[in-house]
Amino acid sequence: MAYLGLVVLIPLSTLALKASSLSWDQFWALTTGPRALASYRLSFGTSLAAAGVNVVFGAVLAWVLVRYPFPGRSVADAIVDIPFALPTAVSGIALTALYASNGWFGGPLERLGVKAAFSPLGVGIALTFIGLPFVVRTVQPVIEELDREMEEAAAVLGAGRLQTFLRVVFPEMLPALITGFALSFARGLGEYGSVVFISGNMPGKTEIAPLLIMTRLEQYDYPGATALAVVLLLASLTILLAINRLQSFVRARGGMA
Amino acid sequence: MSIAVQSIVKAFDGHPVLRDVSFDVPGGELVALLGPSGCGKTTLLRIIAGLEHADAGHVLHSGEPVGGKSARDRNVGLVFQHYALFRHMTVEQNVSFALTVRRRPREKVRARVSELLRLVQLEGLERRFPSQLSGGQRQRVALARALATEPSVLLLDEPFGALDARVRKELRTWLRRLHDEIHVTTLFVTHDQEEAFEVADRVVLMDGGRVEQVGTPREVFDEPASPFVMRFLGSVNIFQGRLENGQALFGGIEVPHPAASDRVSPARLYVRPHELVVHHDPVAGSFPAVVLRVTPIGSAVRVELDAPTVENPLSAEVDAERAARLDLEPGDHVWVEPRRLRVFDGDAVDSLTASGL
Repeated sequence: MAYLGLVVLIPLSTLALKASSLSWDQFWALTTGPRALASYRLSFGTSLAAAGVNVVFGAVLAWVLVRYPFPGRSVADAIVDIPFALPTAVSGIALTALYASNGWFGGPLERLGVKAAFSPLGVGIALTFIGLPFVVRTVQPVIEELDREMEEAAAVLGAGRLQTFLRVVFPEMLPALITGFALSFARGLGEYGSVVFISGNMPGKTEIAPLLIMTRLEQYDYPGATALAVVLLLASLTILLAINRLQSFVRARGGMA
Repeated sequence: MSIAVQSIVKAFDGHPVLRDVSFDVPGGELVALLGPSGCGKTTLLRIIAGLEHADAGHVLHSGEPVGGKSARDRNVGLVFQHYALFRHMTVEQNVSFALTVRRRPREKVRARVSELLRLVQLEGLERRFPSQLSGGQRQRVALARALATEPSVLLLDEPFGALDARVRKELRTWLRRLHDEIHVTTLFVTHDQEEAFEVADRVVLMDGGRVEQVGTPREVFDEPASPFVMRFLGSVNIFQGRLENGQALFGGIEVPHPAASDRVSPARLYVRPHELVVHHDPVAGSFPAVVLRVTPIGSAVRVELDAPTVENPLSAEVDAERAARLDLEPGDHVWVEPRRLRVFDGDAVDSLTASGL
């Protein structure tokens, strides 16, 4: 607990302290301007979307990695961690190059009328890339630990593959999926490096909240930056708490608490 | 409904697990598949259930081959050794699983579940999760779940293996009574001879992927077909001796033995502890021994003996009444008379000694 306090809580409390130098009206004005509101929307929206995408495909990927022995599986398994290891700016530049209108993916997409880079979609793509390993790495051990006999029991009892998955396997995976979602989402909210390149940073359109804070800091507007940070902090804390509650509810229902 | 297993062969990664296994389970019988761990009995059960495929041979339900049917379509009830209950479902949801995946009407499902829970004596626990139940209760939930669709065959894998001794005894008696009540053809796997004998109508003894003997508990115990069966079912004294002119010779005595007609050969002779009679004075066909230890075991007394004419220490079982009359003490000099000797064909005396078991 002391360690948690030292590493996490003290930096957070200085943030609150700094923000408290502002009057309520000032705080309100700083945090609810149209530019700020747009950046919240973008940050939360894309983070949620990216976490949603990651939960689905991360779970599929984890399933394949655990259940299907294929040549090169260990390489594929290692590749999952790359977004963890790569400096985020590098991934940002790589993704921008891919999705820009002259990039491999960006060009074809643009001909279809989809603008990937420098749009909210681009932000979503970057956050998906960053968040994927969180889902895979939380779900993978759970799939490894799944009791194969439960699936066999379901089959003997007459359940088809889909029924077995929906009624037996999925509920077992659900807590881990929720955790993976929460981690991916939290990572997306705080992500900065990989997004700034691909987003284009147009104020009010593709400007994420962490970037707005950065901009404020660069303008030596420290109170403005901390005020935004506090809002971001409170919002993410609320959401993570809600996810935690959901998780304990799911666990209790599963008799696993 | 009857089950027949015909010439089943199965290997895992080139390692043979079942070598030509055949036997029948007549409809309505309760049969135990008994053998040491690793003899292939669980694999056989899984093949019957449709969870594994045999490399060769057939499984027949009521005379019909079921090789082409998946586990899902065989309508067997299977209870796993560790139950494999669905942890996130209540007792009620577990028991009704097979019915709800078949989309039976809700009212019927509810009625069937309460009937089953009454049968396994778990009324009132519908809303509990498996983690909130004792081992014996989980076992019975698994059983109720397996019985939900009125399967034609019930398969149990080490049904009492994970329970403590007292609960195990209770559940055995209970399972036997349950079977007498519902009469579903049942095959259960066990490595525990006592369990098999107490519960089953008939016993299939397996070793090393082969069936050694099939028979009622009485038959396999009294007339073991092989040295394996002899040694696996209870303790036994093994003597190195010879067969000569209708006599079995060992420990300095001669005992008439039919198997010894006119062969002359070294042989291994098997005597159960209760077939050794202990006397204070020499009688015909007895050899001298010294009492090492006297241990009461329930209704009888085990006497461990050392005989100078026999290489290994031996053990005899004397019923309590006779033991009281003999009043044996360690160090007493006594005479031991074997009542019954068994010799098996093809059981050559070689480097494999009795210490192998």
